[in-house]
Amino acid sequence: MRPRRLTSVLACAAMSAVTVTACGSGGATSQSADGKTELSVATFNEFGYEDLFKEYEASHPDIKITQRKAGQASPHHQNLFTKLGAGSGLADVEAIEEGYLSQVMSKASQFNDLGEVGPKDAAGDRWLKWKTDAATTKDGKLIGYGTDIGPLAMCYRKDLFEKAGLPSDPEAVKSLFATWDSYFAAGDQFIAKSGGVAWFDSASQIFNAMHNQHEVGYFDKSDKLVVESNAAIRGDWDAVTKAVAKGQSAKLVAWSNEWNTGFKAGAFATKTCPSWMLGVIEAQAGPENKGKWAVTDAFPNGGGNWGGSYLTVPKQGKNAEKAAELAAWLTAPEQQIKAFKAKGTFPSQVKALSDPALLEQTNAYFGDVKAGALFATQAKKVAAAQYKGPQDGQIQDNVFSPALQSIEQGKNADDAWKTAVQEAQKAAK
Amino acid sequence: MTALLTREVRRERAEQVRKHPPFRHRLSKLDSKVSPYLFVAPFFVLFGAIGLFPLLYTAYVSLFDWNLGADDPAFVGLENYRTLFADGQFWNALFNTFSIFLLSSVPQVIVAVVLAALLAANLRARTMWRMGVLLPYVASLVALTIIFGNLFGPQFGLVNSVLSVVGIPPIDWQADTFGSHVAIASMVNWRWTGYNALIVLAAMLAIPRDLYEAAVVDGAGPVRQFFSITLPLLKPTLIFVIVTSTIGGLQIFTEPKLFDPAGGSGGGAVHQYQTVVLYLYQSAFQQFDLGYAASIAWTLFLIVIAVAGLNFWLTRRAVR
Repeated sequence: MRPRRLTSVLACAAMSAVTVTACGSGGATSQSADGKTELSVATFNEFGYEDLFKEYEASHPDIKITQRKAGQASPHHQNLFTKLGAGSGLADVEAIEEGYLSQVMSKASQFNDLGEVGPKDAAGDRWLKWKTDAATTKDGKLIGYGTDIGPLAMCYRKDLFEKAGLPSDPEAVKSLFATWDSYFAAGDQFIAKSGGVAWFDSASQIFNAMHNQHEVGYFDKSDKLVVESNAAIRGDWDAVTKAVAKGQSAKLVAWSNEWNTGFKAGAFATKTCPSWMLGVIEAQAGPENKGKWAVTDAFPNGGGNWGGSYLTVPKQGKNAEKAAELAAWLTAPEQQIKAFKAKGTFPSQVKALSDPALLEQTNAYFGDVKAGALFATQAKKVAAAQYKGPQDGQIQDNVFSPALQSIEQGKNADDAWKTAVQEAQKAAK
Repeated sequence: MTALLTREVRRERAEQVRKHPPFRHRLSKLDSKVSPYLFVAPFFVLFGAIGLFPLLYTAYVSLFDWNLGADDPAFVGLENYRTLFADGQFWNALFNTFSIFLLSSVPQVIVAVVLAALLAANLRARTMWRMGVLLPYVASLVALTIIFGNLFGPQFGLVNSVLSVVGIPPIDWQADTFGSHVAIASMVNWRWTGYNALIVLAAMLAIPRDLYEAAVVDGAGPVRQFFSITLPLLKPTLIFVIVTSTIGGLQIFTEPKLFDPAGGSGGGAVHQYQTVVLYLYQSAFQQFDLGYAASIAWTLFLIVIAVAGLNFWLTRRAVR
């Protein structure tokens, strides 16, 4: 305890030298002069909440909302974890992205149980079950209200499929994307005639999608690392690395500039496609490739999810109940449909998935496909939330992705596996 | 008589002063004693708060098994350092750091001196050339690194396109250890060579002309003049340039961090270009292991001091 106290004392001393601050308290909320309760909401990217805040303030005259908006997810979460550690400085409502959820869940004691402080009508059945399950602790505390999701479908290049002699109609390709085995087999067929075009963008993108479909991932429910004993992981690894050896991977690291160029240059023919990926493909492939990309409501071995967020109420804040009420209101189906209309965030609420505004949505770049209805179907295919250990996100991004990349760069697959296991153990320590 | 009286009066007054010195007198005494400290205090207070304190506190943190947000860090003594010295990834990072440092600093200083000699010559549009070499330094480091990252892209990068035109097979600037070091070193060189050249140039122009005149009279050519007059008289400046580029080179971070296309802190798929500071960053803000990161920071601090000292000594001996 000693060192912690020393930090906060020194931090307080340093801060009070500049301004007079109340040390040791949340400090984020305050009663403003006109008697209104100020609530702060911290988000990143675009949640589409701007108009909703005004609406809420109009119907709740005693509430004043301030928004803290970060441009990107990564600095937002770094700030979140730093201030969780410091014990103060967080907003009353903090958004959390799915990729960082496991880390947040390992610090669940620093967040309010929304089942306790939240309004009773915001119950678990408002959301898809797997969405809520992922934010529920082992002892049943709900840490976050689901906002949006990223259900997975398959995007593919129609023109390249035709050239390689594969079916290209969205109904006809479904059989290729039925299982991972059929997916890799179709990949073999494709690269035999594609003239150097790869089947998928990079090994880690495929591996992560496969991995998230298993009931048990890198950790078992008692937070024990099971990378070595979980046969499913090794199975995925072998399937993906075999495909890499045959030349199915374009070896483009996701989100890199080369990956962006790959869309434009048509370097690969399929892409694991969460709902928000359509926008990414449109932006990267550009108008010159319009009409070449298509999306189908099939995904190997069922469904999956990539992305989406939650709203949490950290314990640092003073007005937990009012903050939870706001978060519950924002994540209600009616409001999420408005956010969907404003910024296209795909809702995670059961009722919202059958909303006409969602079902009627089409995407012109992908040949006027009914994208809303398509991804709503895919969202219902997600089987269950995989249990995530505290370092799950880290092992995915900093252990397995680089290890698979090293194979794409010519390293031996067995050596890479040994390195990955070692580094996973180090990360889980 | 009068003399005696005045002396007595004087002594009395003096005693009075000693017993009850007037307020103003005390104030001015205080002023002369305390004021100088007050005048220099801003520096020392600031240095103490943002220089010395973090330095010492980092040493303190390095003695704990301290995770970000952990409630009760455990005191582990020198355990972090023991783990560090047995950590293959640290030695790999140290090797990468020195490799990139040598690939950048050595050519950089040599080219800077040559460039300065050229700029010291009687050129047309002299100021334009002199300002021109400083241009890369003005450009934003992050923007520069992203552009270089694009140029060195393994599949669609410009450098590989140019190489293939000349008939050299493309190099995987990401996967190859040496290739990635060259790519990163070229970013450092691009940015800092002109800056160092200007510092050397300023020192070069301060060398008295009559030394060169005397040398010409003695029959020395331009090359002999350069090695016998210019270089020795540049010594203090060269020491400065070499020591600062050593400190900067061993702490290189932004370039390898942004060179990683995945945006992680691993420095490549098998850490082939992870530097010590990048490893420090990864430990602190990816693994949230603050104690371990602090021990890396202190180890690096000592290494930088040692290498900068060694370079100082070498430069003083070599250039006589």
